[in-house]
Amino acid sequence: MTFKYDNVYINDTSTVVGPYEANGPLSKYFDKKYKDFYFGEKTWEQAETRAIQDSTLILLKKLGKKSTDINVHIGSDLLNQIVATSYASAKMKIPYIGIYSACSSSCLGLLLASNMINANQIKNALVTSSCHNNGAEKQFRNPVEYGGPKKCYTTFTTTGCASCYLSNEKSNIKVESATLGTVCDMGIKDVNNMGAVMAPAAAQVILQHLKDTKRTVDYYDLILTGDLGIVGKNILKDYMKDAYKINLTNYDDSACMIFDINKQPVYTGGSGIACLPLVTYSYILNKMKNKELNKVLLVATGALMNTTMCNQHLTIPSIAHAISLEVVK
Amino acid sequence: MEKAAYNKIVKKNTPSENILKNAIIAFVIGGIMGVIGNALVQFYSYVFDLSSKDASVFMIITLVFLGCFLTGLGFFDKWVNFARCGLIVPITGFAHAMMSAALEYRKEGLVTGIGMNMFKLAGSVIIFGVVSAYIFGILRIIIMGG
Repeated sequence: MTFKYDNVYINDTSTVVGPYEANGPLSKYFDKKYKDFYFGEKTWEQAETRAIQDSTLILLKKLGKKSTDINVHIGSDLLNQIVATSYASAKMKIPYIGIYSACSSSCLGLLLASNMINANQIKNALVTSSCHNNGAEKQFRNPVEYGGPKKCYTTFTTTGCASCYLSNEKSNIKVESATLGTVCDMGIKDVNNMGAVMAPAAAQVILQHLKDTKRTVDYYDLILTGDLGIVGKNILKDYMKDAYKINLTNYDDSACMIFDINKQPVYTGGSGIACLPLVTYSYILNKMKNKELNKVLLVATGALMNTTMCNQHLTIPSIAHAISLEVVK
Repeated sequence: MEKAAYNKIVKKNTPSENILKNAIIAFVIGGIMGVIGNALVQFYSYVFDLSSKDASVFMIITLVFLGCFLTGLGFFDKWVNFARCGLIVPITGFAHAMMSAALEYRKEGLVTGIGMNMFKLAGSVIIFGVVSAYIFGILRIIIMGG
């Protein structure tokens, strides 16, 4: 399902990151960087809430608006019951929709906000996407201090929050269209190999988007997937070539951009809801503003699992949503 | 595309663990742990004039303390990440597993946090330790007569 938009624009964005991202190659593009995982709070969960609040406040300050000026807040995070965002929203007093679609939530949030703005139901929306490395480790894996050995092809959850303000007021970056993905399951059970789990979902949504819009991959200056990591990135390239005869050349993965994989201890790259929006709202939008990139297709990928289902040895389903951004001429 | 064909692409692109390297590291570190343990037994039996059985209890207490202490200081996880089974299999691994879980959940209260989660990792070690001790105990009676 692809939606076309006429009057949805990204007006401004903000990014707050943790220590690993701050030491990464995109450091200079982020608005606020924390030196440790606690962000001045007592726990990692509260730190994530802090990141969402910080990011929202920075964004409101940039826009010169008050929280009461915002029509809708759509937020997502990885903690159970999306608590980090809900607790942050409790202080913001903006009508709130909490969404969960694992790491594809960032694009789903943009899609929902764009749909409402395009239908003139609302004038503007705030979309936040956040995750916290230690919070996610605690929930999905072993205690952090255990430091148990991991597979060399696993990924490293990013820490931070990326916020985006969308509205019907014209700016130089337009949300052109969006494709809603379908859940797919290619029979992968390995919870460490998220790239392999999510690559088919990315392929499916890219294909659907190209079909619905009658475009080819060359139409885009860059196709950017969410958090596949090096392994998933190569799998997606091979899969697109073998199954659909499509050569992904103008393609990159945000998981491979946010960290310096050769120098930082992040295995095969980043992951988490915030991975794609942190890269997009800082580095990619900057390039679009400088007209180095004109048409970008964002494809956020998510693995729809939890520890219970994985312990029951079920295969892991995945989903991806795509958003097309264009520079307004 | 069939799942089997997709699996081939996944296999082709997924790097495999360097088992030999991991085994050598675990062997060397595990060996060093054994030497330290034995040195402690010698030390306690010499200094406190204990039997080697009593001295090995002291040795275990010392290693458990060190495992917990270094976990609390915050860098034992990095050692475990490097040495893998070299530090997980010895008694230090057990202490570290309990301590790391306790640290993780300490903000959620004494009972609901530390109490309920401290054995999150170590619990299965105890369960299967007891079960296997039981089975081997019976086998010992049957085969060796007690």
